[in-house]
Amino acid sequence: MTPYLRSGLPKPVPDSDGLDAPFWEGLRSERLLLQRCNGCNGWQWGAEFVCHRCHSFDLRYEETKPDGIIYSHQRVWHPVHPALAEQGPYIIVLVELPHADNVRVVGNLIGDPMQSLVIGARLHGVFEHHPEDDPAHTLLQWAVTD
Amino acid sequence: MSPERTLRGRTAVVGVAETEYYKWGKSPDPEFKLAIEAVLKACADAGIDPRDIDGFSSYSNDRSEASRLSAALGCKQLSFASMQWGGGGGGGSGALANGAAAIATGQAECVVVFRALAQGQFGRFGQGPRIRTVSGHPAHTVPYGLMSAAQMFAMKVTRFMHDYDVHQEALRAISLASYAHAQHNPRAVMYDRPLDEAKYDSSRWITEPFHLFDCCQENDGAAAMILVSAERAKDFPHKPCYVMAAVSGSQHRAGAPVHNTPEYASSGFTTVAPRLYAMAGMKPSDVDVLQSYENFTGGVLMSIVEHGFCAPEECNEFFTIENLLAPSGKLPLNTSGGNLAECYMHGLGLNIEAVRQIWGESTCQIPGANVAMVGSGPMVTPVSSCIFGSEATL
Repeated sequence: MTPYLRSGLPKPVPDSDGLDAPFWEGLRSERLLLQRCNGCNGWQWGAEFVCHRCHSFDLRYEETKPDGIIYSHQRVWHPVHPALAEQGPYIIVLVELPHADNVRVVGNLIGDPMQSLVIGARLHGVFEHHPEDDPAHTLLQWAVTD
Repeated sequence: MSPERTLRGRTAVVGVAETEYYKWGKSPDPEFKLAIEAVLKACADAGIDPRDIDGFSSYSNDRSEASRLSAALGCKQLSFASMQWGGGGGGGSGALANGAAAIATGQAECVVVFRALAQGQFGRFGQGPRIRTVSGHPAHTVPYGLMSAAQMFAMKVTRFMHDYDVHQEALRAISLASYAHAQHNPRAVMYDRPLDEAKYDSSRWITEPFHLFDCCQENDGAAAMILVSAERAKDFPHKPCYVMAAVSGSQHRAGAPVHNTPEYASSGFTTVAPRLYAMAGMKPSDVDVLQSYENFTGGVLMSIVEHGFCAPEECNEFFTIENLLAPSGKLPLNTSGGNLAECYMHGLGLNIEAVRQIWGESTCQIPGANVAMVGSGPMVTPVSSCIFGSEATL
């Protein structure tokens, strides 16, 4: 797919502490991997060293279905980065993941930037690969599920 | 709360000042010089020798470091140097709380609470990072074009407006109130630049639901307040303006990364406001005038709800320009023009305005104001708030 946003924004790299490296590696192979606790089995996101529920350090990365619902949204008009100067309006969605204890991720809603935005609308993930970028990476974008 | 463990009435503000306020990048002076100027002016307002300042309290990683200030001003000694954690203006009242706590517990005698900003010298807030790669929690938002403060907070406000059917007109009323009050305040950057409904409605979107006029300015300048013990406060030219309560904090996991805080549609005051009222021994109806930090109007709206002035279901009826205007509105709001229209000094100007209301020196004075509240930095974590009172409230 064509990238949703114009190129030139900062490119995501795994944190030097290694905490979210499996997430980024997962996206490259079209898998959504998030933290899950071996102590209490709860899901957790963003990544942290300890489970906020039971304080276990024994957290694994587990695959979950990239199906979500719109928890909130915004249509951005004013560019705050030179890469977006000619972008025009674009949509950011905060996506709740029902298959993973309703943790949330941030992405863009692909399609018409003027489409109506409905909290609670069902979405499916779309993997947006950037193999030519340095470093190569993949973003997780979202589309409305009919 | 036991009487021993409170800031209620223990300290008072005896001097306030600000430099000239500039649009961002327009200050002729560097940031540290602005900080010095504000501190010296506040000392002059209090009638104290700057060398007697022995404590410095700031927030948001202010670059004007306490030891350098103390040295530059030739202070006799440094007894207290405090930086409130957290970004934005969430520490405005928290820095006051820290200074008051230092005095109340005998750590310092005379603390200056200050903030200085020169965005021309150090870069603007409202711009995305010019970096090639991004890591850590920002890596999960920045590549999707979510990188400015407006973008970080817009989805909280949208969710709140959705949950309680709040209309855009409620946000507009908050903006109109700030601009209306600024027309009486010659210090305000937006003095002589009035705003009306049509101008608001036709202004461009920054990011929905924020129009241009829902967003704070970016400014250069500095502001400072002089704090001493309640016992000493009686000996100064101004009548004492007592700190009746000052608290900071945020609710359970407010800082959960990548927008995962459980109470998402919130300004962050749900646990702070009850502690504030408990310390002051007051309730919302005791408040004569409110200064509520406008990073964005939606944050003001949620702050006012979470401080108990209005039920979330009543926002459309409560947030009208009539209710928010000084002197006769139900809750006069941001009577100097606030961050939207006076100056964005990371909200410390709001604390100064609250003090002026207690002194009777505001440019939009509430007659006989005895209780003035400040809410600092909604939607960041930690946030903070404080209540100032006249002698009648002790």
